[in-house]
Amino acid sequence: MAHKAAPAYDKLVFELSSPGRQGYALPANDVPGAADGVPAKYRRTIPAALPEVSEFDVVRHYSRLSRMNYGVDTHFYPLGSCTMKYNPKLNEDMARLPGFIALHPLAPDAASQGALTLMYELGRMLSEIAGMDAVSLQPAAGAQGELAGVLMIRAYHASRGEKRTKVLIPDSAHGTNPASTALAGYEVIEVKSTRDGEVEIDDLARHLDETVAAFMITVPNTLGNFEPRIIEITNLCHSKGVQVYMDGANLNAILGIARPGDLGFDVCHFNLHKTFTTPHGGGGPGAGPVGIKAHLEPFLPTPVVVKNGEVYALDWKRPKSIGKLQAFWGNFGMLVRAYTYIRTMGPDGLRAVSDNAVLNANYVMKRLEQDYDLAAPGPCMHECVVSARRQKKHGVTAMDIAKRLLDLGFYAPSTYFPLIVEEALMIEPTETESKQTLDAFCDAMIQIAREAERAPDLVHEAPVTTPVRRLDQTKAAREPDLKWTG
Amino acid sequence: MQRYLANTPAEQRAMLDTIGAPSIEALLARIPAKARLPRALDLPAAAAELELIREMRALAAANADVNGYACFLGGGSYDHFVPGVINHMILRGEFFTAYTPYQPEASQGTLRTIYEYQTMMAELTGMDVANASIYDGASSLAEAALMAAAVTGRSDVVLAAGVNPLYRRVTQTYCDGPRIKLRTVAAPDGTIDLDAARKLVDGTKTAALVIQTPNFYGCLEDIAAAAEIAHAAGALLVVAADPVNLGVLEAPGRLGADIVVGEGQGIGVPMSFGGPSLGVFAAKKALVRRMPGRLVGATVDLDGQRGFVLTLQTREQHIRRAKATSNICTNVALCALMATIYVATMGTQGLIEVGEQSAAKARYAADRLTSIPGVSLRFPAPFFKEFALKLPVSPDRVVGKLLKQRILAGVPLKRFDRALGDCLLVAVTEKRTRAEIDAFADALRKAVA
Repeated sequence: MAHKAAPAYDKLVFELSSPGRQGYALPANDVPGAADGVPAKYRRTIPAALPEVSEFDVVRHYSRLSRMNYGVDTHFYPLGSCTMKYNPKLNEDMARLPGFIALHPLAPDAASQGALTLMYELGRMLSEIAGMDAVSLQPAAGAQGELAGVLMIRAYHASRGEKRTKVLIPDSAHGTNPASTALAGYEVIEVKSTRDGEVEIDDLARHLDETVAAFMITVPNTLGNFEPRIIEITNLCHSKGVQVYMDGANLNAILGIARPGDLGFDVCHFNLHKTFTTPHGGGGPGAGPVGIKAHLEPFLPTPVVVKNGEVYALDWKRPKSIGKLQAFWGNFGMLVRAYTYIRTMGPDGLRAVSDNAVLNANYVMKRLEQDYDLAAPGPCMHECVVSARRQKKHGVTAMDIAKRLLDLGFYAPSTYFPLIVEEALMIEPTETESKQTLDAFCDAMIQIAREAERAPDLVHEAPVTTPVRRLDQTKAAREPDLKWTG
Repeated sequence: MQRYLANTPAEQRAMLDTIGAPSIEALLARIPAKARLPRALDLPAAAAELELIREMRALAAANADVNGYACFLGGGSYDHFVPGVINHMILRGEFFTAYTPYQPEASQGTLRTIYEYQTMMAELTGMDVANASIYDGASSLAEAALMAAAVTGRSDVVLAAGVNPLYRRVTQTYCDGPRIKLRTVAAPDGTIDLDAARKLVDGTKTAALVIQTPNFYGCLEDIAAAAEIAHAAGALLVVAADPVNLGVLEAPGRLGADIVVGEGQGIGVPMSFGGPSLGVFAAKKALVRRMPGRLVGATVDLDGQRGFVLTLQTREQHIRRAKATSNICTNVALCALMATIYVATMGTQGLIEVGEQSAAKARYAADRLTSIPGVSLRFPAPFFKEFALKLPVSPDRVVGKLLKQRILAGVPLKRFDRALGDCLLVAVTEKRTRAEIDAFADALRKAVA
C-alpha cells in the first residue's frame, strides 16, 4: 500500500496559539489623544478570541496546509466544465502593479484613467470574441452573470409591455441556471435532451409560446458536444419572441471558431476564471462578465464605462438599468488578469487554445473508449463524458474511480454531472496539458478499469495516500460542527 | 509555439493518428459551416511578455494609487495595512490554483482554512455560524434580505437610510425577482430615526430591519435599540458591519443581530479598484439551513481522524437547482484565505490596535479639519473612522485641487444623496500619519479660502 503523500498534520491555527505571541508590527500611533470619540456603549466588552501566533507560525502553518491540497500547479485537474488550465504567473505580476492593486474604487475618474481604459478595452475584446454588441464587466461570477442576463431579458420584455413568466432550461444544465432564473422571478421549465445531450427540438417547440421569456442553453453542451442545429434553435425561439441565453461555461471550445452572437444568442456570460485563466483560488473569486446584443443595452448594470473623446468615465445615468450587482465595478483584479491573457495570446493564440483543447479531449476520449462507455459518440469538443456503468456491475462507482485517481496522483474529473448520464465522469483536459500528461492520466484510468474487475476492494479503499481517507459526510450534515470551539 | 500551449506539431500529429482523424479541423465537423466564424478574431496581435509588461505599467501608472497618494477615501473600501506575509502564502499554487473542494481528501488545505475563516468571522461578529463567503458586502446584504424573507415568509425589508447606498442598489436588484419591497427609515441626524423605524417596521409584513454600523456616513448606530424594534414585530435584525472594526466595536451578535453581513476587504484584501472583495455572512444557529453559500464542517475519516468537508449542501444550487437558497456557486474563497491569514497574523491585540489607531486618527483629523473656517461635521452622532464634512465650496472642486497635491481627499456625497451636495466623506485608517493629516488640513484650508 502506498504511503501518505503529505506528512500528517492536524493543526488548526487556533491550536498553535500562545497568549502574548504576536505576528504583526504597526507603527506607534503618532497623533495626540486616544480614541475617546468612541463612547463606551459601542465598545466591545469581551475581546475577540483570535489566534496569537508569530509570523513564522503563520508561514509554516499555511505552507503545511497548502500541501494538503491538489492544485493545477501541482496536479492534472481534469474537472469537467471547470476549465482548469494553467494560470499564467505574468497575470499575477500585472494584477499586483501598484496602480491596479492599490487603487481605491471611488478615486475620481481623472485618477483612474488607466483602470477605466483597461475595462473599456477588455469589454471590447470580449464583445469581439463572443460576437456581442456590449459587455458588462460587473458580475462577480458566472451565477451573477446569469442573474444579470436574465434580469436584462426581463426588463426588455417589460419595456415592450409583455408579461412572460417562464424560462426553459435543458435537463442537462448547470445547477446555477435554474437557481439564477428562479431568483430573477421566473418559473423554470425543464426541457428534455436527447441521449447525446442535444436539444429535443420538437419538445422545445411544444413549450415555446407567448408565456416563455427565454431559453437558456450551454454551448457546447454539458456532454461536450456542439449543438448542430443551434441556429435553427435560436431562430425558432426568436420567431416566438423568446430571448436566447448562452451559458458561456464551455467557451474554451470555440474561441475564434464560432461566436455566440453569430449563432443568434441575445445574451452570453463569460467565466473569466475558466476560459481566461484567472485562478480558481479554492472556490473563487471568479468574474462573470455578461455580453448582450444592442436591444438589451439600455438595461445594462450601472455604471457603464464609456469613452468621451480621449477620456474614460463611469456613466451612471442609465434610467432603464437593472441596477447593480456588486457595490463597485466588478472583480477588477480578475479583469486585469484576463486582459493580460488575451493580449498575451492574440487572435491566433486564442484560436490555438480551442484547437488544442478539442484535440486533447478527443485524444482522451479515444484512449478510454475500450475501457469505459462513452456518454455520446465522438468527436467531442473540449471535454468528454464517460460513464462508469460497466464498472458499476463490479460494484465500482464513478465516485470510487474518482477517489482512486487521487491515489494515482491526479485530481478527479467532475462526477455525477451532467445528471442525464448514469455514473458520469466528465473529463476536461484543457489545452495547456501535454500529451505525456494525458497519457499518464489515461493509463491510470485504464488501470482503474482493470482494478474494478480484478481487485475492486483496492478501488473501494481509495484514497489511501491523501492526508485523510474517505470522510463521513453523514456525520458532518447530521451534527454540524461549523467552527472551532476549543 | 505559444508558451502556454503544450503540444508540438509532431505530438498533435501523433494524437490525431491515435484518434483516427486527419486534422483538428476534422474534429470540428459537427459545427455547421454557417455557424463558423469565417475570419480571424479582430483583436490586437499577441504581445511578448516584455512588451506587455511595458504596456501594463503605463496603464497602471495612469492611476492614482495609494502608494503615491495619501488616501482619505472610504465609502465601503478602506486603505488598511496588509502584512506582506499574506501575499506570499496565498500565492502557493496548491491554494491558488485549486478548485472548490469537491474532492475533500485532496482539498484538506482549503477546507481547513475555510473552517478557520468561519470560526474567526463567527467570533468577530458574535454569531453562531459564518459561511465560506459571498462576493462582497453588498451582495451579502442582498442575500440576507432574501434569507430573511424566506425565513419569515414576509415581503418587506426595512433599511436604515444610513446603509451604504451602493449596497441598497444591489439589494434592490436581488429583491426585484422575488418581489420583496424595500422601505427606508430616514436618518436626519446621521443615524436611524428610531421612532420612524418603530412605525415602519410592521408586525405582519416586515421580514427584516437592516442597519449598518458604522453606517455610510461613518456614524455609529444603536444596534440594541434596532434589535428591540425588529424583534417586537417578529422581524429579524440584519446588521452590516466591517470586521476590521470589530476588535474595538461590540460584536453585533451580542446586541441582538440575527444575521450579520459585511465587507471584509479591510481584513487583508487589497482594494484593487473595488474587487475582488469579501462578503462576510454570519447568522444564528437556528437559521443555518436557510443560509446561502458554502459551509465547511468538521467530521472524521474512515480511521477516525479529524477531517473537513463541504456540508449541508442540500441548500445549494447544484443539488436543489431552482429551489436552492441562493444561486451562488463560485464565491471568493481566496479572499477568505487572505482574511484568515490577516486575522491570524494580527490576532486579538492587532485588530484592537488597528481599530484604536483608526478611530484616534479619524478623531484627530476631524478636529484638525473642522478647525478650518466654514468646515464642520455634517452629523452630530458619534463616528468611528469615517465622517461627513460640510464644506463651504464644492466638494468636487476640493477633490480636484487636492488631487494635484497627491491627496485623495474623500468621496463627494452628491452622487449618493443630492441633499448632501456640500458634503465630503472622509475616512482615516491606521495607515495615515500625522504629517499626512496635517498636510490634508493645510491643503483644505487653502482650497476653501
